[in-house]
Amino acid sequence: MTTAAGALDLPTQVIPIFEGPQCAPDQLFCWDWFTTNWPTILGPSLVQHVYITLIAVVIGLVISLAAALFAFSRSWFASGFLGFSTFLYTIPSLAFFLMFVPITGLSLTTIEIGLTSYTLLLLFRNSLTGLRTVPRSAVEAAEGMGLTPNQILFRIRLPLALPSIMAGIRVSVVTVISLATVAASVAPLGLGKPIFDAIHTVFSTELISAGVLTILVALVADVLVVGLQRLVTPWTRARRTS
Amino acid sequence: MSETTPTSRTGTERPAADIVFDHVTKRYPGQQTPALDDLSMTVPAGETCCLVGPSGGGKTTAMKLVNRLIDFESGDITIGGQSIRSVDVTTLRRDIGYVIQQVGLFPHMTIAGNIGVIPGLLGWSRDRIKKRTDELLDLVRLDRSFASRYPAQLSGGQQQRVGLARALAVDPPVMLMDEPFGALDPITRTEIQDEFLNLESEISKTVIFVTHDIDEAIKMGDRIAVLRQGGVLAQYGTADELLAHPADEYVADFVGADRGLKRLSLRRMREVVAGGDGASNGASPYADAPSVDADATLRIGLSTLFASGAPAVQVTDGGRLLGTVTLDQLQDAVAGSSS
Amino acid sequence: MSSYFAFFGDNAALLAELTLVHILLSVFALAVAVVLAIPLGAWIGHLHRFSFAVVSVGNVLRSLPTLAIIAIGLALYGFGIINITVALVILGFPLVLTNTFTAVEGVDPGTVEAARGMGMTGWQILTRVELPSAIPLISSGIRTSWVYIVATAYLATFAGQQGTLGDIISNIEGYGLSGVLAAATISILLAFAGDALLGLAERALTPTGLRLLAERTPAADAEPAPAAPAAA
Ligand SMILES: Nc1ncnc2c1ncn2[C@@H]1O[C@H](COP(=O)(O)OP(=O)(O)OP(=O)(O)O)[C@@H](O)[C@H]1O
Ligand SMILES: [Mg+2]
Repeated sequence: MTTAAGALDLPTQVIPIFEGPQCAPDQLFCWDWFTTNWPTILGPSLVQHVYITLIAVVIGLVISLAAALFAFSRSWFASGFLGFSTFLYTIPSLAFFLMFVPITGLSLTTIEIGLTSYTLLLLFRNSLTGLRTVPRSAVEAAEGMGLTPNQILFRIRLPLALPSIMAGIRVSVVTVISLATVAASVAPLGLGKPIFDAIHTVFSTELISAGVLTILVALVADVLVVGLQRLVTPWTRARRTS
Repeated sequence: MSETTPTSRTGTERPAADIVFDHVTKRYPGQQTPALDDLSMTVPAGETCCLVGPSGGGKTTAMKLVNRLIDFESGDITIGGQSIRSVDVTTLRRDIGYVIQQVGLFPHMTIAGNIGVIPGLLGWSRDRIKKRTDELLDLVRLDRSFASRYPAQLSGGQQQRVGLARALAVDPPVMLMDEPFGALDPITRTEIQDEFLNLESEISKTVIFVTHDIDEAIKMGDRIAVLRQGGVLAQYGTADELLAHPADEYVADFVGADRGLKRLSLRRMREVVAGGDGASNGASPYADAPSVDADATLRIGLSTLFASGAPAVQVTDGGRLLGTVTLDQLQDAVAGSSS
Repeated sequence: MSSYFAFFGDNAALLAELTLVHILLSVFALAVAVVLAIPLGAWIGHLHRFSFAVVSVGNVLRSLPTLAIIAIGLALYGFGIINITVALVILGFPLVLTNTFTAVEGVDPGTVEAARGMGMTGWQILTRVELPSAIPLISSGIRTSWVYIVATAYLATFAGQQGTLGDIISNIEGYGLSGVLAAATISILLAFAGDALLGLAERALTPTGLRLLAERTPAADAEPAPAAPAAA
């Protein structure tokens, strides 16, 4: 597997397998290896993974919100974009990453292009749905009260679309975390790198460490997004108490 | 955006204006019959016009034309002599309080947030908005603690009251109200109707008030416009005119076969007793007759009369006897005013 | 570009073979996911209990990165068909589960009440009332699941299972970008073809009354859960 030297700083030397004195070669999980390599390989990879994910989701959110606001009153754009997105869903992710290699090389840029594209589809769709499914009566009341179309969009529709947008963010965050592992076979960044290294050497301690860490990142991210969702949409939990 | 003159609005003292419909016809695209057919009527400044009619009769349509939520092709509508088409639509709407049939509170804003939307856009200070919100909550009889709740935490009737408060926020000279009290129980409904009448008498507003309920129309409206299917104006006049002289069978049907009784609700005992020769201070022949307050409607007087079986009722005003009224006098009063 | 088209001709036999295995693996994984998810989702939806547990399990499984599952699997149960199947089932299962559950639980309580009043047993209500009206949503779950699984099945190569289109997609040194894109194209076509076939099956299975209802109501409420792209 061809990999580029990291666009981010990461030790690229061969991993010292079976180095720890307490590790038998057939041991399933070697705690010693884990603690030795946490500061040099696993920790930095985890931070990178989070970083890669954040970049993709933030850029994706900015672009897709803008696109959704643009598409809101232009259905030709909306249906075109949605059709395109449905098509992108079906592309095997590795092929998608590789497609950009001739243009942007084996770099962080390449994998961010791919990851961001995947978030766009979800976030655009959810933002648009959110903007469009605002209760008619609320919009009519706002019109009748003399809010301008822009005020209605930004003060009524956008906040009311938040639950849907947040649901999109939630799914896209875990999706990006998952896809980013695959992306490491194109550019050796994030927790996918130790996974691919260990796949080739079938080193179970590293497989388990990196695999479990990736899962933890995904679960923690999911919980954090749910927390954020609750924070920014307090009215969705307001139910009649009396 | 048009945050034009935030300081000139104090929340009070804006003169009412008349609303004139001049041969207005509205046809929705793809519809055979018009929703509103050549409507002409004038709602004088400061008066309340109740629009009644069957479901689909064009009541909501007529109302939405006024704040230009719907465009119309022929005819014109003027407010205070100015065509609504000549005014910037945002400015127009901010001067018109709007209470919609489905309430339409903003689910993501608290009650205070809902009421304060337009004041906020007009640049009112925080304190002023807060003060106004409290005032309005008192007015619609909601506890001030509701301010921090979300609409989903309110009952349907409470939401409707917030809708009313929101529409009153900047004290607009014109109000459009589409079945504003539809979801209220009879008692609350009567209460809030009275509150609104009270408010109306203090600050003069021109109101178009849509309702299904002819009794509500009689109570709330200075004038009543009866629409029939197809958006044709069947009759426009005061409640008394409609009840005494319905223009045709349709209107007669609509106001109800008991329209004679309904007319009794339009007048107060005081008016009848003043017109009668009165039992000045001498010994009344009906000394043991039941008493009725002078401000009670004739309907209540009649009811009291029937319930007691006495030949007459004594009309009192704060304990002072004004005189007595007999059944014949009641009948004369109603029949007489209709000629 | 021309090498892309040439690749199909030059490697027709290889592509046909890999495609066949790719299909078999995907269908098998989807079948396992469906067989596990539908009874569970339907039963819990029917009970109207444990909904929090189902939603949570669905969300947790949905968050699991496929490659991480493969990696851990390599350590625990090794290379091969089991490894990739487990990963693909975990990918497809939560969607079918939550959709089935949501659909069955969401059947109009009035309808269920009426069925109970007519003397139907719980099993009869489930099979004759709740499941038939849940078909559209269950089906959309299965279709999305299929798209995910087919697009992800190429990871079989990393799980040590040779023979899928992944052999080409993960070997750009051997086959070049045109080979990768050719294999990806076939994978895309499989996704669409399977989706279309499942759509036909759905139409045939959906009771006519429901179909009429669905055609009358706007599409907005036909798709409650936002779909996600292939998870790996
Ligand atoms: N947006 C629209 N497009 C087409 N037709 C409409 C539209 N809105 C209303 N109509 C039609 O116009 C007619 C009048 O409707 P309108 O809403 O004014 O009735 P309404 O008197 O307010 O009825 P209700 O008492 O039920 O509220 C009806 O026949 C209705 O179907
Ligand atoms: Mg109406």
